[in-house]
Amino acid sequence: MTNHKVPESGTGYGDPLTWPFWQAAQRHELMIQHCNVCGDFQFYPRPFCLACGGENLDWVIASGNGWVVSKTIVWLEVVPEWRPPYIVAIVQLQEGPTLLTNIVNGECHIGERVRVTWRDRPNAPPFPVFEPA
Amino acid sequence: MDLEHDPGQPRAHYSEGNMTRLGQNIYVIGVAETALGEVSGETELSMVAKAAREALSEAGLSLSDVDGLFVSYMGEQGTVQVGEYLGIQPRYADSSDFGGGTFEAFAHHAMVALAAGRCDVALIAYASRQRSKRSRRMHYSSSAGTGYLQSDRFNLTEQFQSPCGMPTPIGGYALIASQHMHQFGTTPAQLAAVAMTARSWAQLNPKAWSRAPLTVDEVLSSRMICDPLHKLDCCLITDGGGVIVMARGDRARDGSKRPIRVLGAGESHTKWHIGQNFKHSQAPGAVAAREAFAMAGITPGDVDVLEPYDAFTINVIVHLEDLGFCGRGEGGPFVEEGHLRPGGRLPALTSGGGLSYCHPGALGILLLIEAVRQLRYEAGARQVPDAEIAVAHGMGGYHSFASTVVLARD
Repeated sequence: MTNHKVPESGTGYGDPLTWPFWQAAQRHELMIQHCNVCGDFQFYPRPFCLACGGENLDWVIASGNGWVVSKTIVWLEVVPEWRPPYIVAIVQLQEGPTLLTNIVNGECHIGERVRVTWRDRPNAPPFPVFEPA
Repeated sequence: MDLEHDPGQPRAHYSEGNMTRLGQNIYVIGVAETALGEVSGETELSMVAKAAREALSEAGLSLSDVDGLFVSYMGEQGTVQVGEYLGIQPRYADSSDFGGGTFEAFAHHAMVALAAGRCDVALIAYASRQRSKRSRRMHYSSSAGTGYLQSDRFNLTEQFQSPCGMPTPIGGYALIASQHMHQFGTTPAQLAAVAMTARSWAQLNPKAWSRAPLTVDEVLSSRMICDPLHKLDCCLITDGGGVIVMARGDRARDGSKRPIRVLGAGESHTKWHIGQNFKHSQAPGAVAAREAFAMAGITPGDVDVLEPYDAFTINVIVHLEDLGFCGRGEGGPFVEEGHLRPGGRLPALTSGGGLSYCHPGALGILLLIEAVRQLRYEAGARQVPDAEIAVAHGMGGYHSFASTVVLARD
């Protein structure tokens, strides 16, 4: 049995497995899954640990620190909320998992350290973006 | 290069006896392009229908002989729609979706189905009018909706990727290119050399969309879209498609054209989201190539012609490394040294590729057709002399999927 408690949707956003992530995002906390069997960290959430198969997973608040794995500067307008030029990046968290995100509040290069900050959105919970550490 | 793996040298996963036999009796017996470029007065289905008749006629066969059907990106239940239009009731059908390189996987799947006797004549088909319909979109949406409330809130891509405003697919490839440059010192000029190489071949292909001379400087001075990829690092957006007919050796001798043997094939895939990193994964291209080369009993040094999937210039550099034509990180200098160009030691992109010849959304079928024509010695001014072994290497997603097909002139 997994110890996942399926929470009520506090946000109307996300799916039953990701609700804890988006609820934490409302508090500007970056939460990822932690496996109580092998100690691995996991993002996005799954019903079990991909590393060991264990079903005893908790949500933990990540340090919010990471480094830039790769980045691109986008020079064309794709969506209204992003005005070019802007930076799309892959960030690896100190805990191990990687995620697609944006770099804000300054320039950065691949390999440099960044820390999480939050982009507030009108119709959805805040989204985790990163800034130079 | 991918974000997560070390290619290493794992073994190919197959039983040697069976798979070696598999690669000895399967042939491509007919090929045809659909109308290419900007196509008017046709639908995707009529394009495929005409190409199917042409390819089958090369094989001395007709539509009524087809009992295996392989279709992707032709609408929901693709083989069912195309099957109805062509009057084909298959015994074996596959509408898989692996991105633009799906058709190399279809050659693999058709090979297995033919060898197992599950069908006798396999038809692989694709056509797109993406240019005429102006249907390209730069942003993923599960619902093509206009906001979060209309979209599928359970969809992982919409939750975790779409909010970043990454243009698709170019943004993913820009991230791959940036990392390759950082890790290995690959330069923008080396990326541009891929586009210049493709153009040098396109100048020899009367069917190529872009045939004017192209220099590295022109690529580098074209508009930046997603750093480090410029406009001329990107493929064309054209209409087009094609059909391939495959059969066992017993059905391969009735045609007017030389049958081309399918010596080996392989495929693999890893991630869907560019931001995901799953542990222990290897580059799909390296796995696909290892499987295909092992089945074919060849090494990279045996390959006379290479047709690598070139949606963006970075792709070719990654493919060269995945396929083992150079070491990890050496793809940029390898291209810059001119080995892929006409007269080079590894002629590649010989049609002009997706960058200069035709890119109808999914390029994979055209890579196979060009490889077959090179091995039949039908390629005219761009013919690679004495070619005996050709490789078509397809990909999909963000180097997420790859499939390799080894073809041989008997």
